[in-house]
Amino acid sequence: MADILQSLDWSPLLISLKTGVVATIVSFFLGIFAADRVVHAGPKVKAVADGILTLPMVLPPTVAGFFLLLIFSRRRPFGIFLFDTFGITVVQTWAGCILAATVIAFPLMYRNARAAFEQLDINLIYAGRTLGMSDVKIFWKIVVPNAGPGIISGTILTFARALGEYGATSMLAGNIPGKTSTISQKIAMVIQDGDYMTAGFWVIIIMLIAFGIIVAMNVVAGKNLKNIHRW
Amino acid sequence: MSIEVNIKKTIGNFHLESEFEAGQEIFALLGASGCGKSMTLKCIAGIETPDEGRIVINGRVVFDSAKRINLPPRKRKVGYMFQDYALFPNMTVEENIMSGMGKKPPMDKVREYVERFQLTGLEKRLPSQISGGQKQRVALARMMASQPEILLLDEPLSALDSYLKWQMEEELLEMLSQVHKTVLFVSHSRDEVYHLCHRVCLVNKGRIETIQEKKEFFRNPRTVAAARISGCRNISAARKTGPHELEAADWGMRFVTERDVPDDLAFVGARAHEIKAEYTEKRIPGRMLAEPNKSCMKVEKLLEQQFESELVLQCTENGKNQMRLLMDKKRAAAYAREEAIEIFIPDEALLLLTK
Repeated sequence: MADILQSLDWSPLLISLKTGVVATIVSFFLGIFAADRVVHAGPKVKAVADGILTLPMVLPPTVAGFFLLLIFSRRRPFGIFLFDTFGITVVQTWAGCILAATVIAFPLMYRNARAAFEQLDINLIYAGRTLGMSDVKIFWKIVVPNAGPGIISGTILTFARALGEYGATSMLAGNIPGKTSTISQKIAMVIQDGDYMTAGFWVIIIMLIAFGIIVAMNVVAGKNLKNIHRW
Repeated sequence: MSIEVNIKKTIGNFHLESEFEAGQEIFALLGASGCGKSMTLKCIAGIETPDEGRIVINGRVVFDSAKRINLPPRKRKVGYMFQDYALFPNMTVEENIMSGMGKKPPMDKVREYVERFQLTGLEKRLPSQISGGQKQRVALARMMASQPEILLLDEPLSALDSYLKWQMEEELLEMLSQVHKTVLFVSHSRDEVYHLCHRVCLVNKGRIETIQEKKEFFRNPRTVAAARISGCRNISAARKTGPHELEAADWGMRFVTERDVPDDLAFVGARAHEIKAEYTEKRIPGRMLAEPNKSCMKVEKLLEQQFESELVLQCTENGKNQMRLLMDKKRAAAYAREEAIEIFIPDEALLLLTK
């Protein structure tokens, strides 16, 4: 065990955490935005938009990986465009890690935010309007805080999902040590070499992180939302 | 200080047609739930959009379908009080009051509202930490702090239990009498309306049936819906038989009145308090008597209430239709021991009703 710790490359931990945090932040805003739009859309638009936005959650991650490769490969029009104009490469880079994790985790944020918005007492929004508040102010001061429990649980789940994403990430970003090798990819790799000690070590690490974060956020949420919850 | 409303709206197979004017007064929209009174209020506030029509508040056109004017709620300057108050649960009492006062309101202004609505000491509490009566005060303070030109109250008292309701009714009356604005008060409770309002507009199935002075409305309702909501328990189908004569089929009675019987008379009503009762021995229950305004009815049962009793009589032989009399407990108990009693409905107790 001591040998493993001494010779250990800690980069997968850092890459996973960075990917998880960035993907969660992106999903947080996109998910809330999408949820707000869908809630206000007409029934037909709602059904179609909801289907598209939820699809990454129900399909195998490798299917998402396939489509992402199809779009972002540097042999494809959009990939070529990105590289030529902005110098951005997605495939086999950290940007690919983020993109894959975001696409897979986003539906969790979106669906939780949407459910929270739909449960919100509509009269709160009407009250805000008659009191002369702007729609933007109503959204950030009334809708988001009162949809708190749903949004927090959405954020927790999004982070947990993004942190452990494997399928789409391995296809889009690959497993380049120190660059795109996340914990879940590292585990898969060392298992193939029969190195159960290292794999087990990373398994424990990722379990501790996930568990610790969820507990911490539950404690925070419990403190802040106790009063609102029962109202 | 005035409002003019003339709107139409259709939702599914419900049609709302609302037309009225109100000045600086407390104007009640009274009706059973689902009659369209709240919808009218929401259209005025701009939360709902009418299909067609016009709404003018203090001379400002806020909605006009012909001219394509439809101001958003925040520009209409209306104060709307919701049935459950719709206080923002994430904001303190103080923040709730400030929410309608624009960016960075001066704190002394905020304190003024806190004091005026007796909320001192509760500024930092959340809505979940205060009582129902206090919530109503916060809702009122928040509404008044946004400087509305007209107040719309949507069943403000129905979320309170009866003891608190009585207390808040008084507070509300005191506050409303000081504001000197047009107040539209939506309610299904005749007691609330009687205590608080000046004029009553009866809404029935999406239409306005009558607009009357409050006392006139309760003393002399004109339609069957108005009679019911004003608390009249005894209503019978009726038919005009002469310029001053009519017949009430359900009761098996005929009446002579000093008033002119309207041609479209369809129902007749009698208030449970105003019907007189007599002992009788000779007469056969259920038979129409030779004398008008009188009948002999079989005693069915006695319903005791807290302060008085309700005597239920069978109007006719088959016993389907009932007549209800309210009187003090002792007398009611004595009548209840009789098989049949004679009743007399004086002319002034008779309500002549159209459809």
